[in-house]
Amino acid sequence: MSKKVATREAYGDVLIELGKKDPRIVVLDADLSKSTKTAGFGQVFPERFFNMGIAEADMMGTAAGLAASGLIPFASTFAVFATGRVFDQVRNSIAYPSLNVKIAATHAGITVGEDGASHQAIEDIALMRVLPNMTVIVPADAQETKKAIEAAVSQEGPVYIRLGRSGVPMVSSKEDPFTLGKGSVLREGFDITIIAAGIMVSKALEAAENLSAKGVQARVINFSTIKPLDSQLIIESAQSTGLIVTAEEHSIIGGLGSAVAEVLGENCPVPLKRIGIEDVFGESGPPDLLLERYSLTSGNIEKAVLELLNKKK
Amino acid sequence: MTVIDEKSIDYLADKARIIRKYIVQMIGEAGSGHPGGSLSAADIMSVLYFKVLNIDPQNPFDPDRDRFVLSKGHAAPALYAVLAEKGFFPVEDLWTLRKLNSPLQGHPDMTKLAGVEMSTGSLGQGLSAANGMALAARVTGKNYRTFVMLGDGEIEEGQIWEAAMTAAHYQLDNLIGFLDNNGLQIDGPVDQVMSPLPLSQKWEAFGWEVIEINGHDLEEIWKAIQKGLAVKGKPTMIICKTIKGKGVSYMEDKAEWHGSAPDREQVEIALKELEGGSKNDE
Repeated sequence: MSKKVATREAYGDVLIELGKKDPRIVVLDADLSKSTKTAGFGQVFPERFFNMGIAEADMMGTAAGLAASGLIPFASTFAVFATGRVFDQVRNSIAYPSLNVKIAATHAGITVGEDGASHQAIEDIALMRVLPNMTVIVPADAQETKKAIEAAVSQEGPVYIRLGRSGVPMVSSKEDPFTLGKGSVLREGFDITIIAAGIMVSKALEAAENLSAKGVQARVINFSTIKPLDSQLIIESAQSTGLIVTAEEHSIIGGLGSAVAEVLGENCPVPLKRIGIEDVFGESGPPDLLLERYSLTSGNIEKAVLELLNKKK
Repeated sequence: MTVIDEKSIDYLADKARIIRKYIVQMIGEAGSGHPGGSLSAADIMSVLYFKVLNIDPQNPFDPDRDRFVLSKGHAAPALYAVLAEKGFFPVEDLWTLRKLNSPLQGHPDMTKLAGVEMSTGSLGQGLSAANGMALAARVTGKNYRTFVMLGDGEIEEGQIWEAAMTAAHYQLDNLIGFLDNNGLQIDGPVDQVMSPLPLSQKWEAFGWEVIEINGHDLEEIWKAIQKGLAVKGKPTMIICKTIKGKGVSYMEDKAEWHGSAPDREQVEIALKELEGGSKNDE
């Protein structure tokens, strides 16, 4: 878990690899190709790369037209612009006709850092999750990003892939299979289950390690597919451990925590604590300090676990 | 420029008349819908579907087919009428418009009806999709042409102008737009609600070839399309001066017929007027 790579870096690399294999792949960007890492694809395949300028709505619509003509467009910009700004275009031109557009959004979450709240998407999962036909993936690391992008290409239909700006440690390995719609258990434990996504997966593993020293065995699951949700695994975990903590770099409203709560509420109500951004906007600052400010640390996960265990007693 | 013979004009006029009858009947049957902007577009649609578009109802997903995107999706009845008349589906299906289980949704749904190239309805989005189709032709080395119809109220949407830049920037000379300039939107005349004027100067300034025509003159429509297809290095916008509700006297040039259905008696009056002949409305 030492080497940190940003998921957007992996995205840029795998796009070029896939572009070589599949001539149907085309890429659109809205004047952020150096940041989203699609510029590399543009250099290798200039005739299949379209800079759409600072016009995200048009980018989504153009991607829809490309997909309707049999191509596989990846549309990239920052997550805040790829979702909220163009919600109607994504809803009506992409999700409703179920077109084969892959929205690969980078700079998601609060770890955008210094740019501040205007650029920190903390509601993108909620916005994309609510759309019929949409698949929502939040890769936990660079390795998983590569597999997620490959899976997105193999699956017909719209996919939202949430990527980050900052480096994250590897939590998965090359050999781990990646199946869309399946959570993966990274650590086994029977006292409590921590369900995490994205950058919070490594923090969940860290918390589990610390808890283990205190005699608490936590199961840790990487929920990289948020839609379709692996309800079976959530129910099974609730039944076997009886307590659930969720952790995500997103608002606690509408994201992974909400999705888990919906499944638990209907199938297997157990005590639940959601770690996430508590219905507030972010602010400027270095990513690490922001994670502390907004309680997105392994320490906060650990605390939530101990609180739930205490309540149970 | 090649000329279009009189026989073809008569044929197209007949098709336009049939399309208008279908539009009125189907909206009357549905009890809701948008007759005004469907009728203003009928002549352009007639020329496109019966003289220009390289499409085959037996092979609606042919990768080489020409594309038509109805960006002003509320004119769906006009699209359904030409598709039925062209043989994409039985004419009697027109009477299911807006009803439960019908493939003829209130606004076009490409997943439910073959021949519909893009799901539209939320205004301002169809030009972007058409650009994507035109770009795809370039990427895949295909010669199909893409046509798109916009409303003059619709171009108040900002996305239209993003897309206008894109089409010119990528020099999409395989794309032709029609601006159905009937001058009215729901709340009144377009220049009073939120003026998109001047039209031709705007499109020219955005890098388009602009052709201005009478959108009810079949020969002018056909000639403008031929001219547009010959333009190299930029997209063409054909600004079609039209009359909202064209062909039905009590609907003509009235904003209140943007989105209301005629009752049984009104349908009868309209059909009688449209029966009157194919050449009386030029």
